[in-house]
Amino acid sequence: MGPFVPDLISDQLNLVVALAIGFLFGFVLEQAGFSSSRRLVGVFYGYDLTVLRVFFTAAVTAAAGVLLLAAGGLLDLTAIFVNPTWLAPAIAGGVLMGLGFLLGGFCPGTSVCAAAIGKVDAMVFLAGGALGVFGYAELFPRFAAFADSTSLGPAKVYESLGVSPGLFVLLLAAAAILAFTVGGIVERKVAPDAAPSRLFAKKKHVAAAAVLLSFAALAAVVPNRNARLVAKVNAPGYVPHHVVKPMSPDELAFRIIDGDQRLRVVDLRPEAARKARPLPGTIAVPAGEVLGKEWRSTFSPRLVKKVFVAEKEAEAKTAAYLLVETGFENVAYLEGGYGAFERTVLSAKSPEGEGRFAPVVERFREQARTALAERVRLERAAGTAAPKKVKKVQGGC
Amino acid sequence: MNEKHMNPYLAGFLLGLVLLLTIFVTGRGLGASGATKNVVVAAVGAVAPQHAAANPFYSKLLGPGHEAPLKGWLVFEVLGVLLGAFVSGLGADRLRFVTERGPKVSVKGRLLFALLGGALFGAGAQLARGCTSGAALSGMAVLSVAGFVTMMAIFGSGFLFAWFTRSLWLGAKAGR
Repeated sequence: MGPFVPDLISDQLNLVVALAIGFLFGFVLEQAGFSSSRRLVGVFYGYDLTVLRVFFTAAVTAAAGVLLLAAGGLLDLTAIFVNPTWLAPAIAGGVLMGLGFLLGGFCPGTSVCAAAIGKVDAMVFLAGGALGVFGYAELFPRFAAFADSTSLGPAKVYESLGVSPGLFVLLLAAAAILAFTVGGIVERKVAPDAAPSRLFAKKKHVAAAAVLLSFAALAAVVPNRNARLVAKVNAPGYVPHHVVKPMSPDELAFRIIDGDQRLRVVDLRPEAARKARPLPGTIAVPAGEVLGKEWRSTFSPRLVKKVFVAEKEAEAKTAAYLLVETGFENVAYLEGGYGAFERTVLSAKSPEGEGRFAPVVERFREQARTALAERVRLERAAGTAAPKKVKKVQGGC
Repeated sequence: MNEKHMNPYLAGFLLGLVLLLTIFVTGRGLGASGATKNVVVAAVGAVAPQHAAANPFYSKLLGPGHEAPLKGWLVFEVLGVLLGAFVSGLGADRLRFVTERGPKVSVKGRLLFALLGGALFGAGAQLARGCTSGAALSGMAVLSVAGFVTMMAIFGSGFLFAWFTRSLWLGAKAGR
């Protein structure tokens, strides 16, 4: 499952990969005609909309491809770099870049391409770029506060709009085709003789639109691997091919206090709940990321029992089944969810339904409460309650 | 100008596949402006190390515990872009030293505006954490808000201000 950095491809080899990928990137950009400033700025004056066509076709292809790879279980979406959003700086920077595009006739990537084939204006643009970075860096301390303002983190655009990623890509493809159509009309009006869209037959425009739309539609209908597996394990009549047993709250408490080396407690609860009602000796994994590559090494030891703890039993059970479904063994879940743990182990009330063992159970729970509280206190003091940090892919310019 | 370029849809599809391959293999997107940034940071770090240490923009990328900025992923990727574009231009017989400009602009004027435009782009890309490739295109591929916002800001600003810069690109008649 991709990506192969950092586990399969080392940092050193990644630089060779970078060179090879850059070669393809540069080759395609130059083939598209992006080494010509007059062609590039044509998009802003309507006489040449090549940029619009190439850019949006590429965006839709890549976005649909990412979803399809993830749907096929070939790419782990939780492990890829999603550039974080700083809203106001992104807009302000974008406006500056738009102006730079109009005045300079390139963007950084295309200027490298054009410089490679001898365009002097592109070489000067590149030098200007270095000056711009230098100027920005020198003035940086003055507006560092603005540059870090309105942070939204690695926000996803479809989440902001409240639609599924597949539907969003389909809408993007539709918008792109609309833009190509309107753009083509404009282009032929502005430059009746030289419009690039005249260079090839209408049939080809239609075929391209059809391919693009069907690619996006495919991405929209193929269910995502996570969703597909969740649906499978929650279907009536599903029987996991390894035994998955519930673990009682008392057993869990005993094994945590006992420091059981063959137990790994995985806390799926959201951070706020984990902070407010802590359980010691756990690994925090976001509920939707159980199948992420990042956690494979956590779940793979077969002799270690993985116990899922969630607010609701059903959620922990689903996670346990997902693990079994993807080839892991020795998995369990907390019976009754975290609420049951609170009502039994953490409650001072006399145990119910324990018959003649009630006094023993009550004594155990009393000791467990003290021991668990002590463990929580120690973890907080040592700072080990922080979730395990795994080396993640870094990206961005 | 040699007009024999690839069909833009095919070029876009191939560009999309290159980007997809990049994400699949490395988990990150393409970029360009980051390479310029790394070169500038490395240069300032070499010429004036104390000055660089005092400014968080440089110091974030320099010093012990950091890989040398010139060994950055984007630096190597951009070297690849140079090679790839060169080979493409060689194949299509487009290799020559020229200054491409609008019909009303002198060579000197064109270069001056290229410098200015480059500087604006360089600065803007720092503020927006990436340029057309790194923030907009790669961001759109992973459906990030930043990708779409940056793309709309770049093109929106381009369309908004295009009228003011028309004498740089257009001739007396409409079209080129």
